[in-house]
Parts: sequence; C-alpha cells; structure tokens
Amino acid sequence: MWPCVANPFKLLQRHRVLISKAACVQQLHSSSSEFTDSCYDGLYPGHISTTPIQKALLAVGSGVAALQDPYRHDMVAVLGETTGHLALINLRDRMRNDPEGYTILTERPRIRLSTLDLSKMASLPDGTFGREYLRFLDDNHVTPDSRADVKFVDNEELAYVMQRYREVHDLLHTLLGMPTNMLGEVAVKWFEAAQTGLPMCALGAVLGPLRLNASRLQSLLTSLGPWALQNGRQARCVLSIFYERRWEQSLEDLRQELNIEPPPAILSASKKRST
Amino acid sequence: MAAPMRQLVRSVIRLSHRNVNVTAAGVSGRSGCCWGTPSCRCFSDDRSTHFGFETVPEEEKAKRVYKVFENVAQKYDVMNDAMSLGIHRLWKDTLLHVMHPQPGARLLDVAGGTGDIAFRFLEYVRSQQERQKRRATRSMQTPSWQDISNNYSTEDEEGPQESRAVVCDINKEMLKVGKQKADSMGISSGLSWVVGDAEELPFDDDQFDIYTIAFGIRNVTHIDQALQEALRVLKPGGRFMCLEFSKVTNPLLARLYDAYSFQMIPVLGEVIAGDWKSYQYLVESIRKFPDQEEFKHMIEDAGFYCVQYLNFTGGVVALHSGFKL
Repeated sequence: MWPCVANPFKLLQRHRVLISKAACVQQLHSSSSEFTDSCYDGLYPGHISTTPIQKALLAVGSGVAALQDPYRHDMVAVLGETTGHLALINLRDRMRNDPEGYTILTERPRIRLSTLDLSKMASLPDGTFGREYLRFLDDNHVTPDSRADVKFVDNEELAYVMQRYREVHDLLHTLLGMPTNMLGEVAVKWFEAAQTGLPMCALGAVLGPLRLNASRLQSLLTSLGPWALQNGRQARCVLSIFYERRWEQSLEDLRQELNIEPPPAILSASKKRST
Repeated sequence: MAAPMRQLVRSVIRLSHRNVNVTAAGVSGRSGCCWGTPSCRCFSDDRSTHFGFETVPEEEKAKRVYKVFENVAQKYDVMNDAMSLGIHRLWKDTLLHVMHPQPGARLLDVAGGTGDIAFRFLEYVRSQQERQKRRATRSMQTPSWQDISNNYSTEDEEGPQESRAVVCDINKEMLKVGKQKADSMGISSGLSWVVGDAEELPFDDDQFDIYTIAFGIRNVTHIDQALQEALRVLKPGGRFMCLEFSKVTNPLLARLYDAYSFQMIPVLGEVIAGDWKSYQYLVESIRKFPDQEEFKHMIEDAGFYCVQYLNFTGGVVALHSGFKL
C-alpha cells in the first residue's frame, strides 16, 4: 500500500507513458475539454486514469454532492462510473450473448443529434418509435447531446457500455412512456435498477421517492413502481437493441418485442416539474 | 494564484524578443524539462516547456494555463479553502505581516486574480492608519482651540486613498470574480483592476513600493522575464515578495503531502468544481517549480538584493523576498 501511495504520481506517469506509447490512437473528436487533443491520457477520449483510492474518494464525494444537489448530473454520472464496475461487466456479458447486442458492441453506435436524421424521423407516421422519440424530445425540451462523457471507467469496452446506457436513457423514457418530471424519472430509475443492477440506479431509486409529494408517492408505490420493477426484470436487455435501425418500427411492436407492458397511467408531459 | 499569461497577439513580439533575451537572462526557469516522455509530436524548431508533467510548446502553455483559470475562476476560492483546509488564509495573513506595509504604500499584486492579497493589504493599511490616528489623538491630550480647528480642516479622506492597490492578472474571468468580491465587501476606493501579463507589465518604471505575486509565478512561462519586470516596476527600495508552493524538506511530510496532492486534490476538483484536469495540472505544476534555493538564485540573478525565504507549513509554501536597491 505504502509504495503505491508514496509515488502515486510516478505510477500515474508510468501508466501514462505506456498508454501514450502503445495507444497513440487517432483521437476522435470529443465534446470534452481540449486536454484530450494530445496523447495525454487514457484508453479512450476523455478517459482519466485513477487509483483505487481516488475512485473510492470520488464515489463518496460524488454521492454526497449528488444528494445535496440532484441537478448535478455530472456527479450522478461520476457516481455511476465509480460504483458500477461489476454491473457493467454483467451488462457487457449479457450484450455479448445477444446477437443484436454483440453487433452493437462491435459497431459502437452513438446517439447524438449529429448522427440522427431528424427530418426523416419527423416524417415518420405517428406511433412509430422514431416519431414518438422525437415528440418526447420536443415535449420535454431535452436533447440527446446533454449526456456527460465517461471518464473514470478503466476499460474501453465497459466505458462504451456505460455511455450506451446513458444514451439509451432517453429512449427508455419513450419506451416506457414516462415524462421527465420527478415521478417519471423515478419510475425509469426503478426500471433501470431492476434491469442493470447499477448501484447508482439503485441509489436513485431509493432516494428519489423522498422528493415526491404524497399523491405522486402513492401513485409510485401502488401502480407505477411495481410495474416498473416487474418489467425491468422481465424485459429483454434494453442495451442490446439497435435502436438506430428501428426508428420505423411501431412503438407497440417494439414494446412487445422487448416484453414491456404499456404504462399503467398515461402521464402527460404537460405535468411539468413536480415537487 | 492566478495565471499571468501570454496572449496570442503577443507571441509574435515575443518570438523576436526571445533572441535578445537568450543571452541576457537567467537560464534555469526557461527550459522545458522533457521529463522522459517521447512525445508524439516533434518540437525540434519550437521551444518547449512543461505544462504539469506534460511537455508542450511554449505558446501552447500560455493558452492552456489561461483555459485552466478560466474554468476554475468561479469556484477558485471555494476550492482553495477545501484543498488547503483553510490554511491558505493563514499563509496570506502571514505574508501581510511580513510585508508590514505602511499607510501610503502602493502595492502591485500580480496574478492577483480574485484579490485576496489586495483586500488584505487595504485592510492592514487601514488598521495601521487607525492605530496611528489613535496614537496621535492620545498624544494631544489638551489641545488648544487652534489645534482642534486645524485638525478638523485637515481631517479628510486622503489617508486611505493614499495607499493604493493594483490587482493585475492576465485572466479576465479571475478579475471578474475579484471585482464581484470587492463589490460585495463594499471596497471601492484605493483599488484598481488591470489586465496584464506578468512578463510584460502595462506599467511605467519605478512605480510601486511593493510587488507581490501569490501562487501565480509557477504558471508563468518565462519566470525570469516576470522577475525582470518586477524589478523594473518597483521603486528603488521597493520590495518583491513571492508566495509560492515549494519543496517540503521533511521526507515523511513530503510523502503525506504527495499522497494528499495526487489522490485528494483532483478528486476535490472533480466533485466541487467539476474539473479534474485543471486541478491535476495545478498539483503537477507545483512539482515542476524550482525549490527554495534555486528560486532564490533566480531572484538574485534578476537583480534583487537581500533575497531570503521563509518556509511555511514545513516547506509546503515558501515566501521569497528581495529588494530593489
């Protein structure tokens, strides 16, 4: 322990030299800071290598920060990355065992405004997945580009799985029919916790309800919650679906394929920010 | 702790200056310590320097330091308190006590960004002024009517305005934060905010009584140039004071300090300010800065006399002081 701690920067530097020598890859354009322009660090753009102590400190610190200010999405992201190692391995293995999931792992699609053909999706008929997703983005004023990049996962493939999980989150909202208010988010978190087993989802699922008012809490506990949990368990792995090729598919059809029941109550997006 | 920095426009001027300065100036601060990484790019024609543990061309260092401080400006003071557990306040208070400025002194605080030193200076000088006034009134126990009327006519606000503090920083974001602080503290007189590069100060010769640079000089690309500029703008008899992180001598404390710096500080940066890399740079830049003796020689080379240093907290921070004579 002591040698590791005594020369942490030497270890980091050695690590960095090895990385930069061995993997001076074409740096993909990344939305993170300009520091990634040089072959400075990491197994992938945006990667920051961390010692176990740093990961532990990050997990605790980000947990506290996220609890104090739930709107700090970057802290929630960091918490997920530092605590999710085992769950990510599990997810990755599930994806590998699924043929479509395996394709995703090899092709590495990213869901971003630049990769989506918005005009084509808008021209799709109502009830198709693509059209409903676009409607969801418009109604809730969100964009797929607001997801933070993965930084602290020390395996390039697992980092992609994490990134995919983040990008699929909005699609899940569409699939489950949940808006982005607190109740909708908590319902999606319960689904994700049951599906992925990520500790950050579990934490969000447990602590999220604390911020709901009484009537929403009741609706969560009686109908939405059990529905989300049950579907999370029985549904196919949502990360294994190549959504980018299924925009034309009807939403109902997709739900059936994934083994997801339609939501119990249609929460309209007009019910804005709760609590 | 702000970063005096090179602006893009000046890089051309600097390139022409460089040939002139090569022989004249002291050498040690300049060369990039290519610490071992055979970097992907070849810097054969460009001079390179260190940016933390990375090697970069000199122009790039200035840009990157600017970016670092632009990113951290809003959370700078919070982070200082968190990282040093509030001890940085004691360091800065001690700087002022060693400085012991008298009313009427003119201070230039370079890389003064958020204004910590300047605020303390003004407060110190004002309390000195109060003390002097009290002493004066005590000595005048039984004044005549003539004395009293003289006193009332000369009693104006000249005193506080005589001491002036100028905060100079290359980074506009840091100055903005400093100005906001000054406004909220209600300090307005005797304080000015100037954008400037420590290597090329926008002031005439022989202007200031005291020149301070607190936690800024390690971010300067050419430390020797900054020292020469300091010599230039100080009045004869003026004092140069530099507060900077330095080498810890005690080996046990050094290991604890390293562990804390590299494990804890970037984590704090990520959690509080959402910026790991800037704080990683900050702790690395501390390691690249020369130690107490070497820096003392650099100051002497620049032309200062009676150079000495004081260690705080076992050498974590050192206060270097020199005089222009």
